[in-house]
Amino acid sequence: MSEHLTIGFLPLVDACLPILAAEHGFAAEEGLELAFVRDVSWATVLDRLLYGHSDAAHLLAPLAIATTLGRGRPAQPLVAPFVLGLNGNAITFSPELAQAVGAPQGKLGDPLAIGQALAVEAKRLAAVGRKLRFGVVHRYSSHNYMLRYWLAACGIAPDLDVEIVTVAPPFVADALASGEIDGSCVGEPWNSVAVERGVGRIVLATAQIWRRGVEKVLALRESRLDERRDAIEALIRAMRKAGAHFVDPANWQANAAILAGPRYLDASAELILRAISDRLVLAQGSAAIHYPDFMFQHREAANFPWVSQAEWLYTQMVRWDGTGFEPDEAEKAARVFRPDVYRSALAGTGDLLPGASSKVEGSLDRTTAVTAQQGTIVLEQNSFFDGRSFDPDDLPGYLASLAG
Amino acid sequence: MRIAVIDESASRASVIHEGLAQLDGCEVFVITERHGLLARVQEFAPDVVLIDLGNPSRDVLEEYFAVSRALSRPIAMFVDESDEETIGASIDAGVSVYVVDGLAASRIRPVLDLAVRRFGAFARLQADLDEAKGKLAERETIDAAKRILMNSRGLSEPEAYAELRRKAMQSSRRIADIAEALVTAHDLMGEGE
Repeated sequence: MSEHLTIGFLPLVDACLPILAAEHGFAAEEGLELAFVRDVSWATVLDRLLYGHSDAAHLLAPLAIATTLGRGRPAQPLVAPFVLGLNGNAITFSPELAQAVGAPQGKLGDPLAIGQALAVEAKRLAAVGRKLRFGVVHRYSSHNYMLRYWLAACGIAPDLDVEIVTVAPPFVADALASGEIDGSCVGEPWNSVAVERGVGRIVLATAQIWRRGVEKVLALRESRLDERRDAIEALIRAMRKAGAHFVDPANWQANAAILAGPRYLDASAELILRAISDRLVLAQGSAAIHYPDFMFQHREAANFPWVSQAEWLYTQMVRWDGTGFEPDEAEKAARVFRPDVYRSALAGTGDLLPGASSKVEGSLDRTTAVTAQQGTIVLEQNSFFDGRSFDPDDLPGYLASLAG
Repeated sequence: MRIAVIDESASRASVIHEGLAQLDGCEVFVITERHGLLARVQEFAPDVVLIDLGNPSRDVLEEYFAVSRALSRPIAMFVDESDEETIGASIDAGVSVYVVDGLAASRIRPVLDLAVRRFGAFARLQADLDEAKGKLAERETIDAAKRILMNSRGLSEPEAYAELRRKAMQSSRRIADIAEALVTAHDLMGEGE
């Protein structure tokens, strides 16, 4: 008899793994029957998760941590045993702003050069009483943290020199068109939608800010994990198989068509294919460019929930919420990511499992082999664009270095 | 008490509005437009905000409340620990509620109960309507399938219907499903009108 799981999601390309696990029968092979609930706001995805309409959800990693810590609403412990992907977002500017900062034609910009030019432009506009405004998908999103990390490292104070507001992904193109925002950090296919409408130009991929930055997670209530442990582990195995299918170029067209369907993203398969194939059209009417690993869904144990990723997100939460660093909170935030569940699900499947649960983030400037439980895993470059690295053994030290 | 109802469905918003207007001492303000949402909320300065779960502006609204916490009228999601069940009921009904901090639960309760009932009633109405529409669409599809059989095989109308019914019984499917398959196949073969 098959086990039933209901999964909440927002229509974004990186909801792909659970969807494809169901569509290609990987879930059924594991004895699972999956149902999906699509919503249009993260608040509703979260409500359904907390009140039992869904068993698990495609969720912003920082939102899973914020919910556990009780930021914005009473604390409810969530766990994330599986990372749905790394990166896959982009920074899109209005054509005017892209031109003002000298964003190059036909290729992505250099984060430092664009950031420095943006600092000059922000100051110029501030002098005439206008503040540049950027949209992010949620206060507790990697989009917000990546954008802020980049701005701050380029000498732009995100809360003073510019304004950052929340814009729902489907309305990003509208907001750019109406001049409500000058730029945004959002996932696909919404950057491409803005490009197609001629209201935005993609200037950077978030993978240029942090080469292997954590993005969405599969989140569920801690109590639900305990009750449905076997089913969740089966889902993890099914999603690893879906990931191998997803990254195989032979399947790109078919997967784009599935994700584009009315029950899932209800969007253009052609635009979805751009993200899946790492081939982005940066400006209306221009040729696609190839940016490898724009989205990163499978290789290098990409779905492994590194505790250090949760800790990095916590440091950014402290940094931008303006709350002090609390060792207890840091501990709780770290425990949201559950590598133990991931390992237990995949033990004996032959999948490569990292030997450690934490790593220094951003320390690899070249391809490096690290120890796995059996053999080694090859990790490629994972740096932050400003050359900093994040040592999870010293969170206060890291925060102090960012403030300096 | 000042209550803002944010709902992109104008008909549902008016059903909620009408109900809340019956409560004593309630001033109700309905916002159906996405554009300028926050400015209108700010202007009205509500004590309670009701917003439907399917509203894409929820994250924008929550962000506004999070920021406004630092201001004079902090708003929180209505989640008094003792009221888990009420919140669960509102989520089931499809509405989420935000209230100004410190407002007594006893004052909010009637508002919430009423909103939940009205949302639930509206959802049932919608479901009935969808079902009725579905039935109508099915009848049209069956008529179209009958016409195809009458034209292509020279059957009379009762014969065409009997043919559809025979096929449905044979394959244990609904007549409407057989009719739809026939119409689709007909379109695909380029024989549509």
